[in-house]
Amino acid sequence: MSATAALPRQNRAVTFWQSTNGKKVVMAVTGAMMFLFVIGHLLGNLQVFEGPEKINAYAHFLHTIGEVLWLVRITLIVAIVLHITATVQLALRSKQARPVGYSRKEAINSSYASRTMYWSGPIVLAFIIFHLLQFTAGYIHPEAQFIEGDVYHNLVSGFQVWWVSAWYIFAITLLGFHLRHGLWSMFQSVGLAHPRHTLALKNAAFLIATLIVLGYISIPISILLGIVK
Amino acid sequence: MKLTLKIWRQKTHKDKGAFVSYTVDHVDPEMSMLECLDVLNETLTERGEEPVAFEHDCREGICGSCGFMINGVAHGPERATTVCQLTMRHFNDGQELVLEPWRAKAFPAIKDLVVDRRSFDRIIESGGYISVSTGQAPDGNTILVGKETADQAMDAAACIGCGACVAACPNAAAALFTGAKIAHLSILPQGKPERDRRALHMVAQMNAELFGNCTNIGECTGVCPKEIPLEVIATMNRDYLRASWKKREDLEATIPPATEWSANRT
Ligand code: HEM
Ligand code: FES
Repeated sequence: MSATAALPRQNRAVTFWQSTNGKKVVMAVTGAMMFLFVIGHLLGNLQVFEGPEKINAYAHFLHTIGEVLWLVRITLIVAIVLHITATVQLALRSKQARPVGYSRKEAINSSYASRTMYWSGPIVLAFIIFHLLQFTAGYIHPEAQFIEGDVYHNLVSGFQVWWVSAWYIFAITLLGFHLRHGLWSMFQSVGLAHPRHTLALKNAAFLIATLIVLGYISIPISILLGIVK
Repeated sequence: MKLTLKIWRQKTHKDKGAFVSYTVDHVDPEMSMLECLDVLNETLTERGEEPVAFEHDCREGICGSCGFMINGVAHGPERATTVCQLTMRHFNDGQELVLEPWRAKAFPAIKDLVVDRRSFDRIIESGGYISVSTGQAPDGNTILVGKETADQAMDAAACIGCGACVAACPNAAAALFTGAKIAHLSILPQGKPERDRRALHMVAQMNAELFGNCTNIGECTGVCPKEIPLEVIATMNRDYLRASWKKREDLEATIPPATEWSANRT
């Protein structure tokens, strides 16, 4: 009944990338790289609480190590591009996999975060673009003056605009949702999972995601409340 | 008790299909969901109407033939229960039940609640076995297997291939099924020699079928009548990663997913 078509596996990297499982491994690895950045960036940003000198000196330091900075930037750009390419291709595949939908469908065993990865991801991407244009390029800096090199001033004057802060808090919360599922999911995707560890991993993912959100939003909240000015 | 069954009726795979509501009056709470459909079908036959087509065989929850959505949940509201084992006492008098077939491109519709699940067969065919010498049955316990390993393999081997995992998955992915079928063999010593080629071929077949992509959401294990754990998906990914890395196999074989019901679907 069924003829078997045997195709030579010419290039294992190509075959790997063409499989859904391979793309998921790429998503997990690039996701983990972005996660490391998110942690590092948070630790850098929190220096805003130590006053203008500290954070401006830190920003200056980053610019003095030019080549390394660009190496990190390029790595991150490649990671984002791969992560998104895999996302889009897999999402299209899944969309085609159920051409006729259910008239009624209940979710009984999944987190809200896991079901909304395809929303939280793209919104975070939109935020990243806005965020770079605001604080790195200074291209959009609503209702305030962008001063090249004065990171402290840019942060405070930027976040004093209520809707900039609101959008920031919203996007960071979604990043938290994304990581709450992603930080656990990536272990599954690369094949590191055992029933004995699942609960601990899921709890750790939740905890880390919550800490990241609280850490980041503490900055605009403190600025809005006038604690940092 | 009295129930309203809103059932998906579709004459052939070419037909568009629509819901039709039926009232079933004397439902015995001890009946199974399938027996309730039997009663309805008797009435329909007496009235000269076409009975509702649904799949079943063992009616003991072990063969994997039965299954459909009840009110948006694969196999209905009871966990770890197939529709043939689901008794009507779990519903309330006067309730409306919406019965809908599994919906996935890789499970083309055949009729009413029946879909073509031979994509699963093709995944098994591509590597879900171990090669053994035939002849006399070997002595038991010649290969010793630790209790924990045996339990883990049995948990995965409990899969009856009903398709609820695909049906419940928002991505219509077959990762839990394929994972179970890879894991129950690759965990055991008997499955080790063919571990790499099994993972490569079964994953290739899974991807050649029109299933979606797993995002580790977990709806599959929630509806699974055998409660296959989500970790079998990680076992599949690990085996696949390992096999792709080692590249012992030069050929990757897949079976074209074409059947008389599904030939026209691409
Ligand atoms: C700071 C940026 C980001 C981080 C840290 C991040 C991290 C992660 C991680 C760790 C995973 C889990 C990978 C896996 O399940 O194997 C993941 C999955 C996912 N990411 Fe991101 N991501 C980021 C940005 C984005 C963006 C911009 C998009 C949207 C285009 C996106 C879309 C997705 C989707 C849809 C998934 C689920 C895919 C799946 O499980 O198959 N992510 N992300
Ligand atoms: S009929 Fe065999 S499992 Fe339901």
